[in-house]
Amino acid sequence: MPQRAFLATEPLIRWGWIWDHLEEIRTQTVEHFILTGIAVGIGFAIAMGLSIVALRFRRTYGPVTWVTGVLYTIPSLALFAFLVPYTGLSRLTAEIGLVSYTLLILVRNIVAGIDSVSPAVREAAVGMGYSRARLFLEIELPLALPVIAAGLRIATVTVIGLVTVTSIIGQGGLGLFILDGLRRDFYTPLIVGSVLSVALAVVIDVALAGLERLLSPWSRAGVAR
Amino acid sequence: MDFLADVLAWFTDSANWQGSTGIPSRTLEHVRLSAFATMVAAGLAVPSGVLLGHSGRGGLIAVSVVNIGRAIPSFAVIALALPFSIRAGLGIGFWPTFLALVLLALPPIFTNSFTAVRSVGIDVVEAARGMGMRERQVLLEIELPLAAPLILTGIRVAAVQVVATATLGALVGWGGLGRYIIDGFSVQDNVRVFAGALLVAVLAILTDVLFSVTERILGARGGLRGRRSPARMERPA
Repeated sequence: MPQRAFLATEPLIRWGWIWDHLEEIRTQTVEHFILTGIAVGIGFAIAMGLSIVALRFRRTYGPVTWVTGVLYTIPSLALFAFLVPYTGLSRLTAEIGLVSYTLLILVRNIVAGIDSVSPAVREAAVGMGYSRARLFLEIELPLALPVIAAGLRIATVTVIGLVTVTSIIGQGGLGLFILDGLRRDFYTPLIVGSVLSVALAVVIDVALAGLERLLSPWSRAGVAR
Repeated sequence: MDFLADVLAWFTDSANWQGSTGIPSRTLEHVRLSAFATMVAAGLAVPSGVLLGHSGRGGLIAVSVVNIGRAIPSFAVIALALPFSIRAGLGIGFWPTFLALVLLALPPIFTNSFTAVRSVGIDVVEAARGMGMRERQVLLEIELPLAAPLILTGIRVAAVQVVATATLGALVGWGGLGRYIIDGFSVQDNVRVFAGALLVAVLAILTDVLFSVTERILGARGGLRGRRSPARMERPA
């Protein structure tokens, strides 16, 4: 996108610019979180539905992972581009794309988590008269929590990275600074956007890993790390 | 439906199949750079992963590399490569894209190579040693062939990611199929955007399929069958 050549003399960082734009940096960081949160939230709800279907009717697991796997393989910019003719340069476009990427990771981990519950525990619950719904909600889900949490962490970090790309379809977030820097041949916002998005992803990854450990003091999540 | 008819018309327009901005040369550009970047990354990451895996050291490095590799947004890497490439006198376009792609391809290849060699059974290695094989032979004739399918999985994950991320190269002045999407956006030509997306998606899926078939053939020849790669969960670009 740079039409002119970048100046070799342009300093990598102009601290004055950062100082003047602190408020905007804060706003876009929050926006980055919001875009991520919506995607992971909706993705989790859909993935839970798909997983319940896949667990109930085993035969659907193959097709479900196949379809979500294809979605996962499509490059993000292409996926957004597919949607633009229909949903425009909108937040909806961004979220549909972002949600699509969470599905494979979440479905895999939810199903693996539930599968890891020991049959003995399940039988004991049934023997105690648990209904199928109560078995799922009160026994299987809590025991599967560490694996599901691991999936949520991977999905969240993935989405944080992908939100940077949504700036290309006119959305906010830290990618906006990167794009702005590229368009104006101006290093400072480019570096601010890139460094902050990398930092955000790493910090959230570490924080969620800590949370995961708190959630499962008795064991460490084994699947899909 | 009108829109899809326009897309079809775009694909059948002979003007889009000619010259340096035509579909064949854009695709070739895309494939060439992706293959080049993946090969360079494999050249660096396979030997280091295999050697570390053989020596049994560096497990912590391997785990950290996966985590870092997953967390880093590829758009940020490609953007960050730009100022440094210009500073180094390499200019815009090819080099920043290439550098970013190599960097992004390293983690999955390294981790899978490391894990692949580590997961070769100790009894197999011991048996080979007992038969009087030297360490070099154990590595090259026992561990490497057994690890090959999983190493290939790592290269597949990286290659798919590279093909995907190369699309973003259009933002730092490079060509490739991403041009149709990025240029289409800037002139608000949704037909071109959609057509470009279709080409990129097909190329990424083809890459995945091609590698899966190769893996299956290799796996059928007695490698580590049915093993799940730890890097299968790599983020797309």
